[in-house]
Amino acid sequence: MTTQAALSLFDVLSIRRDFPILQQEINGKPLAFLDSAASSQKPRQVIDCLEDYYRRYNANVHRGVYKLSEQATFAYERARGKVGRFINAYSHKEIIFTRNATEAINLVARSWGDANLREGDRILLSVMEHHANLIPWQMLAQRTGAQLDFIRVDDEGRLVMEDVDRLLTEQTKLVAITHQSNVLGTVNPIQELALRAHSFGAVIMVDAAQSVPHMPVDVQALNVDFLTFSGHKMCAPTGIGILWGRRSLLEAMPPFLGGGSMIKIVDLHTTTYADVPARFEAGTPAIAEAIALGEAVDYLQRIGLDKIQRHEHELTAYALDRLSTIEGLTIYGPKTTEMRGGSISFTLDMVHPHDVAALLDSDGIAVRAGHHCCQPLHTLLDVPATTRASFYLYNTQEEIDRLAIGLERTQKLFA
Amino acid sequence: MDDLYREIIIEHHKHPHNAGVLENPDISHEEFNPLCGDRVRIDMYIKSDIITDIRFQGRGCAISQASASMLTDEIKGKSLDEAKAFGKDELLDLIGIPLEHNPVRIKCALLSLKTLKVGIYTYIGEHLDDEEL
Repeated sequence: MTTQAALSLFDVLSIRRDFPILQQEINGKPLAFLDSAASSQKPRQVIDCLEDYYRRYNANVHRGVYKLSEQATFAYERARGKVGRFINAYSHKEIIFTRNATEAINLVARSWGDANLREGDRILLSVMEHHANLIPWQMLAQRTGAQLDFIRVDDEGRLVMEDVDRLLTEQTKLVAITHQSNVLGTVNPIQELALRAHSFGAVIMVDAAQSVPHMPVDVQALNVDFLTFSGHKMCAPTGIGILWGRRSLLEAMPPFLGGGSMIKIVDLHTTTYADVPARFEAGTPAIAEAIALGEAVDYLQRIGLDKIQRHEHELTAYALDRLSTIEGLTIYGPKTTEMRGGSISFTLDMVHPHDVAALLDSDGIAVRAGHHCCQPLHTLLDVPATTRASFYLYNTQEEIDRLAIGLERTQKLFA
Repeated sequence: MDDLYREIIIEHHKHPHNAGVLENPDISHEEFNPLCGDRVRIDMYIKSDIITDIRFQGRGCAISQASASMLTDEIKGKSLDEAKAFGKDELLDLIGIPLEHNPVRIKCALLSLKTLKVGIYTYIGEHLDDEEL
């Protein structure tokens, strides 16, 4: 019944035909790709877009006065507009292209952080942060003498909101927090956190690498100040990331990297910097990748982020249900789909996650094993590593059945 | 499945040989694999340059732990020179799984050998006398 209803709304089989990589066998079995939280697969529309750029209008942007450069510049800037509308930015000038979400967070830490933080200031993070949203702040704290505070998680993998009340003070200058945990799948109450952060005059930055690909995200509705994400997790190529920031904040920030494109007037000793966004895009950007990101945005919007979210919701509910029947399997993170995305991390009694992942690979099932760039969270969970299955628009219930059967076989082999 | 998970690997993983620690060992060394958090410590008694007893303890995947189990079996009773000469090809032959083209998992298999060799070379370095310089 659920499957029937889902099929009528969401034609996953037709979506799968858009992804050439899914048409192959691995170790003699059809590929079941369950690692989209690490990096998603790409539809042929995006692959074709990259090829089209290199075949027809490859040229550097913002420089040439010839036709090809104009075409490339137009497409690159059009992609910026698409991304801006995609997350409901106030202006497309608030979209800065970076290499990935990690670089976007480092940009905020180096530029905004160095200019605004000093000794005695505090930065509020959570214990579920990816290393990308932890280490730049550790480095900023070392440079400035600021201190880090951490919101804990409860047994269900939810933020302990009392910690927010306790730790958020007049000294807090920044709240930097993930929208959706890449390990636990927990979706954090960003609107609520933004409200509380702003009431203390703090700025809030959201690591949206795991949310923007999977659900409608509206920066105005969330009422946050910075938001970062990566193209490669949302059907776009690697090498392109996005920093969105409120224009008033971006305009007050000094440059991050110096070089071509980020200038107005240069003499031998001084430079007048360009306005945003160019001020933060030194050097030749990832032109093809940005244009293909725009194509990926079109692709996802044609299907509908609300429909993608519903599909993943159904898969996650099914997987939580199915996996919980496996003896000795422990799921970390919320056990219901309430405020939860499609990343499920688990351990299997007696079997190391690398062995789990290797045995699933022999069945053509790609999952991730390790600490998923969240070592502090794994220390708190008291496990050296977990196995993670994560879902996207092209995954099916049948793949989850194969995952469960593979896990049961693995369990038996080691019993 | 399961070229990597032959019965002997699973068997050594479930029932490791030479598991544990030695009291006051002559050599005790630990290595980590930071990529996956695997850990192996090897303790040894050395009498007249012979490894008279050896124990290991560790945490990690079946391949890393089975490798440590089989390696310690092989090395017990050998001289330090023989242990130094024991190379990774011999270890891979010993555990008998095809890892030559698996750059990630080969590190699991070789962790115990690295632990053994760093321990032995450190011991030799600390016991160098002047004539050997």
